[in-house]
Parts: sequence; C-alpha cells; structure tokens
Amino acid sequence: MDRSHTTLVVGASLAGMHAARTLRNGGHTGRIVVLDADRHTPYDKPPLSKQVLAQGWGPERLTLPAVDEELDLDLRLSTRAVGLDLDERTVSVEALAGPERFEFDTLVLATGAAARRLPGTDDVDGVHVVRTLDDALGLRAELEARPGRVVVVGAGFIGAEVAASCRALGLEVTVVEALPVPLERVLGAEMGAVCGRLHVEHGVDLRLGTGVDHFDTVPGEGGRRRVVGVALTDGTVVPAEVVVVGIGVSVTTSWLEGSGLTLDDGVVCDETLLAAPGVVAAGDVARYPSARFGQSLRVEHWEHAVQGGEAAGRRLLADLRGDEPQRFDPVPWFWSDQYDRKLQLAGRPAPTDHVEVVHGSTEEFRFVALYGREGRLVGVLGMNRPRHVIQLRALLDDGASFDEACARAATL
Amino acid sequence: MRVVVDYDLCESNAVCMGIAPEIFEVRDDDFLYVLDEHPPESMRAKVEEAVQRCPKQAISIAED
Ligand SMILES: Cc1cc2nc3c(=O)[nH]c(=O)nc-3n(C[C@H](O)[C@H](O)[C@H](O)COP(=O)(O)OP(=O)(O)OC[C@H]3O[C@@H](n4cnc5c(N)ncnc54)[C@H](O)[C@@H]3O)c2cc1C
Ligand code: SF4
Repeated sequence: MDRSHTTLVVGASLAGMHAARTLRNGGHTGRIVVLDADRHTPYDKPPLSKQVLAQGWGPERLTLPAVDEELDLDLRLSTRAVGLDLDERTVSVEALAGPERFEFDTLVLATGAAARRLPGTDDVDGVHVVRTLDDALGLRAELEARPGRVVVVGAGFIGAEVAASCRALGLEVTVVEALPVPLERVLGAEMGAVCGRLHVEHGVDLRLGTGVDHFDTVPGEGGRRRVVGVALTDGTVVPAEVVVVGIGVSVTTSWLEGSGLTLDDGVVCDETLLAAPGVVAAGDVARYPSARFGQSLRVEHWEHAVQGGEAAGRRLLADLRGDEPQRFDPVPWFWSDQYDRKLQLAGRPAPTDHVEVVHGSTEEFRFVALYGREGRLVGVLGMNRPRHVIQLRALLDDGASFDEACARAATL
Repeated sequence: MRVVVDYDLCESNAVCMGIAPEIFEVRDDDFLYVLDEHPPESMRAKVEEAVQRCPKQAISIAED
C-alpha cells in the first residue's frame, strides 16, 4: 500500500478507534489521523451510567484498549470537525489553536450521537445528561453532595441505569416516563412492565404516562438558575435537587450538512457501510440497509459500534487491495445493567410481536423470553440469563423458526 | 498461548462463550469457566475475537 495514503477518522470513540485499529492491523501503512472534539483520552461509554456513578470509577479505568496498542495513530483531541469538502477531500476543524484543515484520501465518519436535552434548560444548573465522561463526572460530583431527591426524566436504558446507580448510592429517586409502560417501543408492553416493576421493587417512585411540563427554579450562580422541582403534566410537582434527562439521542451529523452526503437520521450508507467513494461510516451515526431485517437500520449498541468500526475499516481496505467488499448485517445485541440485574436483548423485536417466556420467571426477574413474528424468531430477551441469551442468539443468525427456538430453549 | 481471564472484571455476560464455546463457558451459577486454558494455535483468531468483543476487557492472551 501507498505510504502517502492518508485516512482520516472523525470520532475517536468505539467505532472510530476500532476502524483505525482494523486499518492499521490490516496493512494500512500510510498515515492514520484520528480526531475527536472530546478532550479526554478515548474512553468506553457503558460504565458512565453505571460504575462511574455508583462505584466511583475514574477515567483511567475507561480508556479504550486501542489507545495502548502500538498502532501509530496521529490522535488529535479537542479537535472538532465542522465541515467536509468531498471534492477537495478535506475536513475543516476547530482546534484549541484555531481553525485547521485536514486532507484525506479515505475518510471514516464515526461521530456517534449526542444526548437530547429538554428545551429551555441550558441555563439551569442541576439538570444533567449522561453521554460524555465530563457529563458523568459532573453528575457524580452533584450526587456526592447527597441531594434529597434525584428525578430521572425518561425510563429508557440510560435513565434506568442512572436510577439504579442512584439507588445504589442510597439516594431517593423518582423516574418520570411519558409512556404508560417503560421501554414499550423496544420490548413491548409485557416485558416493559417487568422492567417497570424492577424499579418499583428497588424503591423507585415511578411515574408513568406523564411528561415534564417545566422545571421550578431559583436564582443560581452567575446569573444562572438552579432546579428545585419538576412540574409534571399531570399537575403534580416533584421536588428535585438533581435532574437527569434520558430522553434519547440525536445523531451528530450537523457538521456534514451541505457536504453532498445523504443524511437521514444518520449518514446513509450502502450495505457495506460506504457513504461515498472512499468514505465510510460506522457506529451510532451510520444508517445502512439490512437485508436481515428488510429495513434501513441505525443501531445504538456497544457491540454494533465495535463490529461496524471493524467492518468500515475492512471496507476501505477492500478498495485499497481490490478485494470484494463484504456486506454488514449482524444481529444487533446489547446489554443493560440495572440494580443486580443484567438485561440482554438480541434482535430487533417490535411491540406487536408475540412474546413468550420460555425459561425462568419474570416474578423472580430471572428469565428468558422469545419474540416471534409470522412464525419466525425475531428477538431474545434475558434477565440474568446470559448463557441462554448468547446461545439462543445464534438461532437469530440462522433465521430459525419460533417453534424451533422454543424447542431449543427447553434444552438449555 | 494461554487464555487469561481477569475475574474481577468479568461480568459473566457470555459474549466470549458465543464466540468460542470450546474455550469459554458461563454456567448456571453465573460464573465463567475457562474450559481450555491452553487452546491450540488454530483457535487463536477466535480467542483474539473474544478479547476484542469482551465489553469488560477481561480477557487477555499470554504467550507461553
Ligand atoms: C452512558 C451510556 C451507557 C451505555 N451503556 C451501554 C450498554 O450497557 N450496552 C450497550 O450495548 N451499549 C451501551 N451504550 C451505547 C454505546 O456506548 C454506543 O453505542 C457507542 O458508544 C457508540 O460508539 P460510536 O463510536 O459510534 O459513537 P460515540 O461513542 O458517540 O462517539 C462519537 C465520538 O465522536 C466525537 N465527535 C462528535 N462530533 C464530533 C465532531 N464534529 N468532530 C470531532 N469529533 C466529534 C465525540 O466526541 C465522540 O467521542 C451506552 C452509551 C452511553 C452514552
Ligand atoms: S465476554 Fe468478558 S465479561 Fe463476558 S463472560 Fe467473557 S470474559 Fe466475562
């Protein structure tokens, strides 16, 4: 390979670092520049809502392994990409020293997603999101001051994990969720209700089917305001010294507007993660057509970002070597740790799918449930049953029937 | 090659078992057992994949 070939990786998180490693280990002998807006050494995100809050993990425990490997990467932190010129093949950035331009031959887009905030809360202290290390450290500092109550807005996975971490610290927690059942869109009503019960059993004040109307505030430091309560749409007010907003993410693509790339809730790629000639995307930011699920997918899971980063790296290598590009279409899988429970979900169930508990019991929060659609297995959900989930996940790979999966589950 | 698991980090999510069931097994007691600490060289790619995929960075390879 040409030593003067430069690959630019934008986003030095899970997907970007795995792409960089795959390129280098796959024989990319040229220059690999990896840039990230974040100031911290590339780090892993799942512990941010878990061990960082509940067990005091510091940044040194979060460093991504690729950082310590001898990959000869030119890593530029505190460097934010602000524009892409596909004709000139340059990315313009804002760095600490000022604006700069990076030339590239091939480009990896891995800018992930950012936490959504509630409008009108920018100048309110005590209101947090959890997406970056600085977010998590900022929240932890406030939790260490032992607030009287923490209100978590949104009972999705991040909200649930933050609630569990706060309970582990012995703090009073209220979780507010607009849907009548937590996680209904992801797990369906029946399994979502199980997750709701898990919170209640751990002493969380769970408010379902109600949204946030506004925050009650008092004048704070430096002309800012400070939250003291959350007024709900059902008319009640929950006193709160700390609020954590977990209402989902938006993809980080604004810097790509006008670049000529197709953006549609993500960078639109082909089935090999190619977004334009010599340009690939991976991780939370990438949208690609899945033949397996017959729809376009954008997935926000840890393992998917690892696999996507690797696939994006291989995609560029295929061009450089003249190999046949490979399709990217894995079975999505993720886990979530809440209280002493580990939830794992493989596949992409829909709320309308048929669901059946095939092992254990939901009362004991130790079970496996299968999701079926038109006779096919489409999802495997487990709570504290990792072995079963991983083994049944293989059936999703094979496109097994629902009956086949039930029979297999009975043998585990 | 020797497979080393840091049990202080391992959270028994069985990812490694999904990749190389010949080497890694999570049992009903929710603990991970390494079935073959010295797998044959032919298994190296699988073990390396498990090292990469373990969300807790709990697996490493030591050269004998
Ligand atoms: C708190 C938390 C807990 C999680 N827990 C789990 C879990 O338990 N299980 C699970 O499966 N998944 C979990 N996830 C999801 C998983 O971490 C993500 O899917 C994964 O981080 C996605 O990786 P990524 O590299 O695509 O994007 P990101 O991790 O979002 O990284 C994107 C990077 O791009 C950088 N960037 C953005 N814009 C620019 C720009 N313009 N210029 C330069 N750099 C830029 C950002 O600074 C960031 O470093 C969790 C996520 C969070 C936030
Ligand atoms: S993948 Fe890692 S954390 Fe999971 S069981 Fe294996 S060693 Fe433990």
